[in-house]
Amino acid sequence: MHKKMAFSFPDEVLEHVFSFIQSDKDRNAVSMVCKSWYEIERWCRRKVFVGNCYAVSPRMVIRRFPEFRSIELKGKPHFADFNLVPDGWGGYVFPWIAEMAGAYPWLEEIRLKRMVVTDESLELIAKSFKNFKVLVLSSCEGFSTDGLAAIAASCKNLKELDLRDCEVDDLSAHWLSHFPETYTSLVSLNISCLGSDEASFSALERLVRRCTNLKTLRLNRAVPLDKIANILRHAPQLVEFGTGTYTADVRPDVYSDLAGVLSSCKELKSLSGFWDVIPDYLPAIYPVCSKLTSLNLSYATIQSPDLIKLVSHCPNLQRLLVLDYIEDSGLEVLASSCKDLQELRVFPSDPFGAEPNVSLTEQGLVAVSLGCPKLQSVLYFCRRMSNEALVTIARSRPNFTRFRLCIIEPKTADYLTLEPLDVGFGAIVQYCKDLRRLSLSGLLTDRVFEYIGTYAKKLEMLSVAFAGDSDLGLHHVLSGCESLRKLEIRDCPFGDKALLANAAKLETMRSLWMSSCAVSFAACKLLGQKMPRLNVEVIDERGPPDSRPENCPVDKLYIYRSIAGPRFDMPPFVWTMDEDSGLRLS
Amino acid sequence: MEGSVGYDNDLNLKATELRLGLPGTEPVSIVRRNKRSLQQVADDDCGVNGCKSDDQNETAPPPPKAQIVGWPPIRSYRKNNIQTKKNESEGGGIYVKVSMDGAPYLRKIDLKVYSGYPELLQAIENMFKFTIGEYSEREGYKGSDYAPTYEDKDGDWMLVGDVPWGMFITSCKRLRIMKGSEARGLGRGV
Repeated sequence: MHKKMAFSFPDEVLEHVFSFIQSDKDRNAVSMVCKSWYEIERWCRRKVFVGNCYAVSPRMVIRRFPEFRSIELKGKPHFADFNLVPDGWGGYVFPWIAEMAGAYPWLEEIRLKRMVVTDESLELIAKSFKNFKVLVLSSCEGFSTDGLAAIAASCKNLKELDLRDCEVDDLSAHWLSHFPETYTSLVSLNISCLGSDEASFSALERLVRRCTNLKTLRLNRAVPLDKIANILRHAPQLVEFGTGTYTADVRPDVYSDLAGVLSSCKELKSLSGFWDVIPDYLPAIYPVCSKLTSLNLSYATIQSPDLIKLVSHCPNLQRLLVLDYIEDSGLEVLASSCKDLQELRVFPSDPFGAEPNVSLTEQGLVAVSLGCPKLQSVLYFCRRMSNEALVTIARSRPNFTRFRLCIIEPKTADYLTLEPLDVGFGAIVQYCKDLRRLSLSGLLTDRVFEYIGTYAKKLEMLSVAFAGDSDLGLHHVLSGCESLRKLEIRDCPFGDKALLANAAKLETMRSLWMSSCAVSFAACKLLGQKMPRLNVEVIDERGPPDSRPENCPVDKLYIYRSIAGPRFDMPPFVWTMDEDSGLRLS
Repeated sequence: MEGSVGYDNDLNLKATELRLGLPGTEPVSIVRRNKRSLQQVADDDCGVNGCKSDDQNETAPPPPKAQIVGWPPIRSYRKNNIQTKKNESEGGGIYVKVSMDGAPYLRKIDLKVYSGYPELLQAIENMFKFTIGEYSEREGYKGSDYAPTYEDKDGDWMLVGDVPWGMFITSCKRLRIMKGSEARGLGRGV
């Protein structure tokens, strides 16, 4: 296959060169250079990333990459996080595990996001892959602690078990005891999502004691504060630690135990957990604060003064997650103390209350944008905003890569001028030239989409809710945003015209989600007919779309490109629009 | 308050109906929010940690206006955390169920309303129309067939009055007025 040309290398040399190329994007680019590079690259790709599990079939992946060791799969659309995707929609991992179990006894790493994982799948993993090392389940569901017990019992080389944000059926905390006494290879354990009123503390303690390479330990809420000292005592080498519940009767011995053991953790860089915080116990973590780069206080229902004290002890903070109890005043202190801050997320403490319960406004975000030169990623929930504030933010912080603003009441106007917030968000996309992710909120007309289409050339993901006036808005985005990969829209007056006019664009994107919009069933059918490499899924719990007039809007629409064709695991309320008759039943 | 409390002989059917909501309020439909399917309500209320006890459904105040599905965009496990805290916060009151052996249904009281044990016990006596005996540390409640007990955070059943009031209201999950031999046995040899 390789020609003896003056400038060509033997395969082994190319393979060696390719081994330095880790990112999927670059790998994909390499594989497109020429046929021989495609061949060489596919044999030496060790990590496969599949952004949409329905875009390709397991067999296709295995056929193309015969020797991968690590796979990452994503299932449900992002809006599933907010209960917009009905249960049973799909995203099952079992078919993937089954195919890989046969082909790949040497698979080492599985990372899944928003997928349905059953105990059966976990048992199959435990049984099939002898050298299995890493299992990361992010926002997954469908399994119980029984499945975890199978993993614990069989995976002798397991290094990482991370269950971030999963929904687990907590049958018994004793699954932890299934790690054999001889097992010592654990490096990272995240069980923060587990409930379990009776946690198996002794099993946990013994596990921590014998796994001397443990670097990350995130406990769940059931672990009481007075047990933490016992656990941490055996793991002074921890780099990342998540507490359980941070409350106890205030007792001096518990406090000094905790403070003592924390101060002996010299490598600690990241803290999280902090459910039910009693402020009296917070000073126990002051000794480690100066080294902290990441702090997740988003469950800590403590008030601004305590938050301010804590944050002022952390000059090296790069990442902060916190509730809006921090208030504008706390964010001002953050802005002056934490000059290395890169990422900030402020969550609402009372999202459903009609009136603000805390003094957190646009001012807090302005303060942080002005004061923190490295700030690039923000998720901010608040109740009022102004164009003036957004322009200030955009001008002072052009290095934003992720900007997600949620003004809690839909269609809230600029509180100073009562105008839409088009100009403000327009400034964000104009000044922040590297913006990759944007979430909009507030009162917005088609104009904001014109700005986005014009300026947001690097934008990859856009989330829109209760915005826009007409199809023109959607058209601006689809025709202007060159880098767009994911678009999710809810409750906007976008209909057939923009969608059909930009059908080709949809094949250049990973997916489009539209719910409670104005796209008709007829348009969906047409799109399905014209675009064979798109799966056009109509999700409607009201019943079959053809039981209503064709021009009736569909409830939810999920469109994604795929080379695997329509899927066959759909529930009764999902229909794929097909190139045949226009309607394929599951 | 509808109907009467206690042991009236007329058929107080409504009182024996299982329903969500505080006594005295109209039954709340299980679909509390607009446009929510039952599935979605179940998902939301069950959240990450499995189905919580009735406590959380009942003590959350009704939403101030019609809520939109999936808005604001917050993960379920965060919403659950907020609900729990609301129940315990300064403004919210500490509502606990009170049951009495032999009574057909439970009541609910706000512990924050009382300044100490005497007030609390008086209120319970009035609510269920009986008398609790005299409290002593050694012998519990003497002089009546009833003993007020409570379930604490660890799941243990304790005699009301043993711990300081402040500790009691933060650790009490529910109250139960025990009657008869169970109650009499409590004061001895504890």
